[in-house]
Amino acid sequence: MAKGRQYFGDGLAYLNPSDLKGKLIVIEGTDGVGRSTHIELLQEWLEVQGYGVITTGWTRSSLMSRTIESAKEGNILDHWSLSLLYATDFADRLEHQIIPALRSGFIVLADRYVYTAFARDTVRSGNPKWIRDVFGFALVPDLVCYLRIDADTLALRVLESNGMNYWESGMDLRLGTDLYDSFKKYQSLMIEEFDKMAEEFKFEVVDARKPLEEIQDFLRAKIQPLLRQGPRRELARIPVPAGTADPSPH
Amino acid sequence: MTPPVLHPHTFGQPHTFPGKLIIVEGIDGSGKSTQLLLLQKWLESQGHNVFFTEWNSSELVKETTKRGKKTKSLTPTTFSLLHATDFASRLYHSILPPLKAGMIVLADRYAYTAFARDAVRGVSPSWVRKLYSFAVQPDLAFYFKVPIDVAIARLLGGTRGQFKYYEAGMDMGLSHDVTESFRIFQTRILSEYDKIVDEYHLTVMDATKEIEEQQDDMREVVTQALEHYKHRRGGYGKRATVFWRRFGVPKPK
Repeated sequence: MAKGRQYFGDGLAYLNPSDLKGKLIVIEGTDGVGRSTHIELLQEWLEVQGYGVITTGWTRSSLMSRTIESAKEGNILDHWSLSLLYATDFADRLEHQIIPALRSGFIVLADRYVYTAFARDTVRSGNPKWIRDVFGFALVPDLVCYLRIDADTLALRVLESNGMNYWESGMDLRLGTDLYDSFKKYQSLMIEEFDKMAEEFKFEVVDARKPLEEIQDFLRAKIQPLLRQGPRRELARIPVPAGTADPSPH
Repeated sequence: MTPPVLHPHTFGQPHTFPGKLIIVEGIDGSGKSTQLLLLQKWLESQGHNVFFTEWNSSELVKETTKRGKKTKSLTPTTFSLLHATDFASRLYHSILPPLKAGMIVLADRYAYTAFARDAVRGVSPSWVRKLYSFAVQPDLAFYFKVPIDVAIARLLGGTRGQFKYYEAGMDMGLSHDVTESFRIFQTRILSEYDKIVDEYHLTVMDATKEIEEQQDDMREVVTQALEHYKHRRGGYGKRATVFWRRFGVPKPK
């Protein structure tokens, strides 16, 4: 906390971020890399240790989620409107959810952050400048972990789970003749963008093809130094009633 | 392969489309919408193809803005972003196609409205300008300048009878009285507009003059601006003209 919390750009001119004492942790990665599974496990791990945790996810704001759904059904969005819809959703969650939680000392686990918007808009516009300006009001997170995968493995995973959809395949860009070709090309462009940002914004990168436990261990090791340091009070164990198995693992 | 790139317009540089973009700005009660309507009637009577678009009217975000206003959950930033989304959607669907087709586009309010309002609501002025950097620079931008008391008198005496919550800036907690809140909020907007007029060289109209006088002034400016404009029409318009010329009723001898 030496420098205090910062905005990406112009910021929210009416809100001083210096008293936001919680931690903002971001899990980024393309569609289908297992972000939500890891966030669930992290939340459990942190709550067991006594930390207050809230999670927030892309397009989940009460103001915008319906609008974005119906806009995507129309399939005729220009990249400005699409990005501004994401920005509105993000701003709504930032001001109503993330900032109040940080102010109260919560750990905020964000499933995707502005980087997803940066990648999607840049792939569509070829210009990284405007979208970074638009999100100038966003808070710089304390940690960004990026689950990296290659397009081939990703294609298999997505087919095995939910299947490919129009937007995840970037069909609006007309990159390929069918869903599969389009998906591969679009996700390759997205991964390329994420790789560039990994350097620009100093992401902690982990290979999303590794076993789940290994990835989770990596994430916990990166989060651990952010947690409150110093000794916490030793608590007496609550006695387990006779005859019950020991609930603690191992 | 590089993805298709939409024209990266830079606000501040003249556009290269064959059409013309004329916009009006001013606070509520300045009479700008009346003047734009009269201009449209006149242009159409001259045989021009005119396309009209107004602030915050795209299907995409209308519902959302309504919902946000109802639950009073809009913040200055989401308010600003929703209007920018609406603008982007209208630019793509309603402004660019007719401009490319060589039509005259009339816009009731433009990005300047956001520059004025959002700054008063407290967002960073430089951020709002960056948000709208993809906008097309208008060929003509009129600002209808009116003293606050004239605007209030018009709105209270006119068809509306009362002020709307957000137009009166009630979300800012300036005053519990709606009229008083409107006065404070719109006065601040007026002073923002004054800055914008200088920054973007808007054409200032004296909105206290009589309606027809203002319209004459407006038509004069538009005539000059359209001097080199080659107007195009669709096939239907052309055929009608030819038809009347060829088969017109012969004048009685």
